[in-house]
Amino acid sequence: MNVRLYLWQRATAAVMAPLVVVHIAVIFYATRHGMSAADILSRTRGSIAWAAFYGLFVSAVSIHASIGVRNVLSEWTPLNERSVDACAVFFGLVLAVLGLRAVAAVVLP
Amino acid sequence: MIGRAAKHRDSALWIAAMVHRVSGLALAIFLPLHFLALGLALESEARLESFLRWSDQPLVKAAEIALVFLFTAHLLGGLRILVIENFDWRDGQKQLATLAAALSAIVAFAFLVRVF
Repeated sequence: MNVRLYLWQRATAAVMAPLVVVHIAVIFYATRHGMSAADILSRTRGSIAWAAFYGLFVSAVSIHASIGVRNVLSEWTPLNERSVDACAVFFGLVLAVLGLRAVAAVVLP
Repeated sequence: MIGRAAKHRDSALWIAAMVHRVSGLALAIFLPLHFLALGLALESEARLESFLRWSDQPLVKAAEIALVFLFTAHLLGGLRILVIENFDWRDGQKQLATLAAALSAIVAFAFLVRVF
């Protein structure tokens, strides 16, 4: 892993640490009486705060996870560096697109 | 020879590093599925509700409990790495790694009690 990727990996980890704590709290809160779509969407639809929170979370995790997957592929598979980079970029883009689509699905009124 | 080469794998810190990597990999595999599930709300609230009722199965709940454990373990393992890299070295890293595993198990157990 080069220095630039290392810094992105650590910076996104630092950004996500408090977000993960809040997300775990949300998971516990959301499951207090069993989870229902109506319950979830009533909290999230039209909420700029949740849109910003999960938008930031998805952006950070897309970068963080793609660099992590790159490290694993580079160290545990025989793939050459170009293929590893291509896989990591593809995975990061898939996460970003699906993640932002999921945020839109739950916050758009 | 093999025994000597693999001796480091008995170390709590080697296990902690492996748990961090494997939990990260598991979360990376889970995330696209998680996002696709939430994306069902784009079709309709009923479509998301139907998926959530499917996820009431005990096996799915067991998988969710495992994910909560891995999520917490990855968070705590990551915090330990950030602290090691950015602050003065502190002894007792093996104890901290063990504490992280114990805390993750407690959070996962609390989730188990909540969903079953």
